[in-house]
Order: sequence, then C-alpha cells, then structure tokens
Amino acid sequence: MWIYVLKRLLQGIVTVWFIATATFFAMHNVPGDPLLNDRAVSEAIRINLEAKYGLDQPIGTQYLIYLGNLVQGDFGISFTQENREVNDIIREHFPISAILGVLAVVFAAAGGILFGALTAIYRNRLPDYIIMLLVILGISVPSFVIAALSQLTLVTLNSAVGATILPVAGWGTILHMLVPALVLGLGTMAYLTRLMRSSMLEVVNSDFVRTAKAKGVPPARIFTKHQLRNAILPVITVLGPSIAAITTGGFVVELVFAIPGLGRYFVQAVQQLDYTVIMGTTVFYGAFLVFMVILVDLLYGFIDPRVKLEK
Amino acid sequence: MQDASSTEAGTTMDTDSNFATSAGKQLGLYALYALFGLSVLIYVLSVAAGSSGGSVSGGAINIERNSITIVLTEEPPQLDSTRSTDAVSFIVLAHAMEGLIAYDDNDQLTPGVAERWEIRDDGATFWIREGAKWSDGQPVTAYDFEFAWRRVLDPATASEYSFILYPIKNAELVNRGDLPKEMIGVRALSDRVLEVEFERPTPYFDKLVAFNTYYPLREDFFESTNGRYGADADMLLSNGPYVVTEWIHGSSMVWKKNPYYWNDQKGFLDEIVTAYITHDVNAKLNLFKDGQIVETSLIAPMLPTAMEQRWQIDRFMDGSLFFLEFNHRENRITGNWNFRRALQLAQDPSELVYKVLKEASYLPAQSLFPVWIQGIKEAFRKEYPAPEHKIDVERAREHLELARQELGLEEFPPIILLSGDSPLSLLAGEYYQELYKQNLGLELRIDAQIFKQRLAKMTSGEFDIVMAGWGPDYFDALTFGDLFASWNLNNRGHYRSEEMDRLVSIGRSELDPEKRMDAFGDIQQLIHEDVVIIPMYERGISFVVDPRLKGFKRRSVGPDVDYSYAFIDTTED
Repeated sequence: MWIYVLKRLLQGIVTVWFIATATFFAMHNVPGDPLLNDRAVSEAIRINLEAKYGLDQPIGTQYLIYLGNLVQGDFGISFTQENREVNDIIREHFPISAILGVLAVVFAAAGGILFGALTAIYRNRLPDYIIMLLVILGISVPSFVIAALSQLTLVTLNSAVGATILPVAGWGTILHMLVPALVLGLGTMAYLTRLMRSSMLEVVNSDFVRTAKAKGVPPARIFTKHQLRNAILPVITVLGPSIAAITTGGFVVELVFAIPGLGRYFVQAVQQLDYTVIMGTTVFYGAFLVFMVILVDLLYGFIDPRVKLEK
Repeated sequence: MQDASSTEAGTTMDTDSNFATSAGKQLGLYALYALFGLSVLIYVLSVAAGSSGGSVSGGAINIERNSITIVLTEEPPQLDSTRSTDAVSFIVLAHAMEGLIAYDDNDQLTPGVAERWEIRDDGATFWIREGAKWSDGQPVTAYDFEFAWRRVLDPATASEYSFILYPIKNAELVNRGDLPKEMIGVRALSDRVLEVEFERPTPYFDKLVAFNTYYPLREDFFESTNGRYGADADMLLSNGPYVVTEWIHGSSMVWKKNPYYWNDQKGFLDEIVTAYITHDVNAKLNLFKDGQIVETSLIAPMLPTAMEQRWQIDRFMDGSLFFLEFNHRENRITGNWNFRRALQLAQDPSELVYKVLKEASYLPAQSLFPVWIQGIKEAFRKEYPAPEHKIDVERAREHLELARQELGLEEFPPIILLSGDSPLSLLAGEYYQELYKQNLGLELRIDAQIFKQRLAKMTSGEFDIVMAGWGPDYFDALTFGDLFASWNLNNRGHYRSEEMDRLVSIGRSELDPEKRMDAFGDIQQLIHEDVVIIPMYERGISFVVDPRLKGFKRRSVGPDVDYSYAFIDTTED
C-alpha cells in the first residue's frame, strides 16, 4: 500500500514539473510585455527594470534559474505588487480561499447528496420536479449573476430589518463566510445533486438491492447500507477535483464579496502579465490539484472494497 | 403496515411508499447530522478565518470614533513614492505624505512642507517651514527632499516616473547613468533651505513639485528598512495628515491622524478605515447601500436608482482625455493627411458620447486640452477656444478620394483599430466600425487587447488607429501639450513635426505666461489642422457621498480621492 502511495506521489511531482514547464513557456509566449506601462520609460530605465526581474537573460537560462528557485521553494517577487514575495502572497491569501472553498464544497456535498437522494426517493413526484428545476438553474445561471443577486438580496434584507443581519461583503467572521460559500458551492451542489440522483437510480435497480429486499432487510437499512453507500462513490470521485476547482475558481465570488483570497491575484496576474505570480499560483494550484486527486484515490480504496489499490 | 402483496420484484405502490417513507425519515436524520456537522465546521473555520485577517469595519461613519470606512479598488502595489506609478498608491500616499507644495480644498496650489518659494529662470529655492514633522516627531528637512529626488533619478532604482524630475539640471543624464547622483541640480543648503537648478527655464516647476514622485523620504529611516521600504505599515514614515497604522495585505488598511502634522486646517477625521478592497462597481454600490462605506462611483445604469433614492449625486471630470491616435509611421495609410482628414470630417464626438456610450458625466472632446486646464488667468479653453468642428461627410469623401489617389490604391485595405478590452472600449470600437463603413465605405478591424498587450502593440507600431487615453500628472497645460513632441516616448504614434517641436519647446521654457499660452493655443490648432489625433471624450465620473460627510474632494489633477479636508457633520442643512 505504501509503495502505491509513494509511486503516486512521485508521479505527482512529475506532473507538477510538467505543469510548471508548460506554464513557463506558454506565459513567455503570450504577446505583451509585463514591464510596459502607461508612462513610457527610457532605454536606461528599461534595461535596469529587465535586470531587476531577470528578464534580460535568454529564456533557457531564465527557465533554469526559475526551476532552481522553485526547488528551494522561492517563487520570487511579484512584478505588480513590487514589495511582496509570491510566497507571502500565497501564504497569506490561500488559507482564505481554502476556508471559503472547503465550506463551499461541504455545502455542495451535503446539499448534493441529500437533495440527490431526496429526488431519487421521491422520483417523478413533486419534490423531484422542484429540486431538478433548481438544479438546472444552478448549473446554467453564471456565478457572477448569482453572486450579484445574492448580494443585492442581502442589502434588501438588511435594510428591511433595519440592522445588519448578514454582512454584504468583507471577511473575518462566521457571518461573512456563509453567503459567499453558498454562492461558490451552488454550481457544484447542483451538479452533485444530478450525479447523486442518477447514481441512486442506477443502484435502486441493481442486483444486490433486489437481493436485500428479497431477503427482507428493513427498508431503512437497504437505503443506508446498500443504496446510499454505493451511490455516493461517483460523488466522492468527483469531490477531489471539485475541491481543487472550487478553491481555485473563487475569483468572481472573491471580487463581488471583497474577500482577500488567492483567486483574485491569480486572475489579475494573468491580465497584468505578472510572471512570478502567474508561475507561483499556477504551480501551487497544480500541486494542490494533483494532491487532492491522489487523496481521493486513496480514500476510494477505503470506501469501496471492490477497489484494490495495488495494480 | 404489513405488505400483503409483494411480488418478487417488490415494486408495488405500497412497498414503494413504505420504502419512501423510511428512506425519507432516514434522509431526514442524516440531514440533521449534516446540519450539526456543518455548524461545528463553520465554527472551526470562522476561528481560522478570524485569525487569517479580516475587516475592521465599524460602518460607513462612526461618530464617537470620528472615523469613516472607505473602499479601495485594489491593493496598493507600491507605497514607495519614489517608485509608485498607479492611481491607488497615489491616493494612499496623498494622505500619508506631503510635498513642498500641496492642493487646497479649492484645488489650488498652496504651501505644503515649503512655507514659501521662489521660481527663477535658472532655478528655484524652497524654504521649509519650521513645524513640518515626520510621524516619529523628527522635523522634515531639505535633506529629505534631496535624498528622495536623488533616489528617484538613481538608475538602479529604475523609477518609471523619473522623467517628471527631468527639468532639474543633469537629471536626465544621471538617470541614464552618464553622471553620478551628486551632480543632480538639487542641494539642501541647510535643514530649511532647498536649492534647485534647472536644466532649462521651467516656469511651471511649482506645479510639478506637488506630484507624488517629488515627496520627501528620510534617509536614516529608509536605510533602516533594509530594502523593504513601503512594504508594510511599519515600513513607511509619514509627513502628511495621516499615518498608515495597520495594513493587512489585500484586505484592509487603517489610517490614523498623524499627531505631528503641522496643518490644523487639514486632517479632521481621526481615523480612515479601508475595510474592503474590490473594484466591482456593483459590490461597492451594495456596500454603500448597506451603509458600510461613505462613497462610491456610479455608472449609468445605477443613476435611476440613485435618483429615486434622492441621493446627492456629484460629478467631476477625472482629468483624462480619450482620443483616436493615428500611426504616423511611414508606409502607413494613416500617415497620409487626406486620409486622416477624411476620418476627422466624417465623425462627431457628440454622437459617440450621447448616443453610444451614454455615460452621464462624459464630455465630447474638442481639443487636446481638457476643459479644466488653466490658461493665463482663466480657463484655457475660454481664452483659447477649441477649433470649430462640424461633421461633413461630403467633404470627408472628397478627402478620402484624394488620399486614395495619393497612395495609389485601388481600394483601401482593412484598417486596424487597436482597442482595450473593456466593455466601453468595445462599444466605441463597434461604433467607429459602423460609422466609417457607412460614411466612408471603409472596413475597420477591431483588435481588442488587454492593457499590456495594447501598450506593446502601440510601442512597436502594430496598429493603424488606436483608442488611447492620457491622464494629467500636474496642473499645467504642458502635461497634455508635450504629448506629441518628437522626443516624447509617450508619442507612440510617432508623429513628427518641426512646428510641433518648436511650439512644445516654447511651452516648456518660455517664461512669459502669455507667450507660453499662445504656444499652447497654437498646439491646439495644429493638432486639429494636422489631424494628429481625433479627440473622443473627456471622462467624468458621477459619484455619491454619505450626506453626513462633508469636505470630501475629488480632483481632475492631483490626489483624486481626498479625505484630508473631510469631516463628519450630522446636523441637518
């Protein structure tokens, strides 16, 4: 088992290296110049700026220097936030995105599993229709629309009551986290509901459930031990990448709710051609995603006895 | 209830509903577990969240603490005034620092750290006031300015705004690395006297020293920060009305009144809290509606709501001018005067502003010089009215035909219109595309790029026409007037004209105010006659302020958002 874990980790490292290399060369081939600004600068200043950011070396050398620093855990200094190291940026802002992301995923998973199971139990009846309608809305309506609408609802709510029930934006307390996490997780919740529903329906007609019913197992136990437990598997598979996707995809929510997460830096860095931040956040996110996938695979082995970890 | 009719398949209605009920109950139980687990998780996360940095908001206005809450559009990237280039950093620094000369609450220049000064042909002298102090109690001296300006011009600093110090003798040579720092024409004769030598006569030097890059910097403090000056709240020394006391990056800042600041006619609020950082206009509006921030800008769709709510809507010209800039390089179609004239005659900025962009505070532009620029005694545009322009499609077509013949073309190839990627840019681009197709039968291709890429293409000349803009650095006509001199690196269209260069030289060094302004008047004419650019619009911004806050300033040039004259007044007017 441990050999398997080790193997996966090594594969993961290779994957991350590949991500870093691909991103490095893609980024340097994007047209545009990170050092250009509104106010044009003279040749002398230009040369000094390039030297400062190491952009005066040939690209191969830059790549090797970059890799060397990467291995030591040094992502360099941001081009736009001129006094901040990328390590600090990630260290200070990722936990916030992570907290938001974890909460969003938990909302999504709990909601998805519960609602999905609900629709399967009451399929083709009223609860099913209502939930499926909400699911379609949740999947189709873009996150920035949901975010803006929910923020507007909060404003209306607060003014109707006359006091601040839930903060409209910002970060720092429990109340700040609830609505943004819900908004962030809504899309995934809708998706998981559908997944859970089809998974449950598939299981309902399977052999082992029929056997259990024939054996006279009480319905509650069939439901829990056989149906739920098996139907949950696809959802768990998807959960790993979902965590990574949600945690890194929080840009819109972070912008609308003024949350100091990493997502904003990630997107703005690309717009401003901030090379060091782009590389740092991409490699970091890549590593995070790879790790989550490995984790889920390991978890799978525990949940589903049919899966053997050694191949 | 016993099920008496189960078959092998076990799927009769009774079994189903029985099953459904039990399953439903079970699910309900799990839902309760989930809710409980969720609450625990939320609690744990909130503890983590609280320790990872959060807002310190107390609502938009806190009367007991004499404090207000504002929003910044982004995390200030650079609080080292010798190196900052962006608007947000300028706003923070305008509250934390003060230059020799400052802006008063009527947008006029007023003594700052310097209590008086003298501008001569060959140089200037500034007398530093006695009460000017840093936030650690030490006096502000002429040496602080000498140190700061030398640092700006030191090539190793690679300051992108160093050009604004070039009127100082040897500044440009030092900045190029050709001369050592000590040769810069600025010297502290004593703690209280700063002596400046000019490279050439610079009558507008007093307007220049109010700018951010001219702020002072104390050498011993700077050295003590070990290369981290401006990186954190404790890495900054202030001589302005406010001190940055807290700074959680990306999240919030707190500015507190500087107890050592000399001017008791400024800095009435005790505390200014930046509790939110976002540039989303809707989020800012929601924060304002919720009573969390004191001020926000309004875009056109928000105005009806604002008027319904009877908010006091203010507007101001943000100082910037937007225009169509031509590529005047050789072998470019836009290098042909008749072609440019055709484009100029076939359009009218009023249509763009009022029918297409529809932003209430935008003004159709008529000149290189915006309406708020000062002339000799009054507004420049009053003393030197903008050239008359009337749309005339017939004549435009004639000029186009002349251009076609001069260029020896059968028909015109597609013209590349380089633009930004904002919704407004794309809207304007599509307007011009349609306009020129209709009026002149020209095909315009829109090349939408993000900011950095647009700049790169402008610099390398990969465009025919670009939708460009320019904002003022100082309160003098020259900040726009010198844009198209052949030596100006910002003249990315490479317009070259001896007449223009001659006029700009006068504008730069002529000491007689009338002759100087006459030159700018001529530049204004030349821009129109030679169709150097086609002015589009002057940008204005509508904004709303909490009625309990008075004295809040927004400016066309100088610190845009300025709370240093603001105070809380809850009495009804």
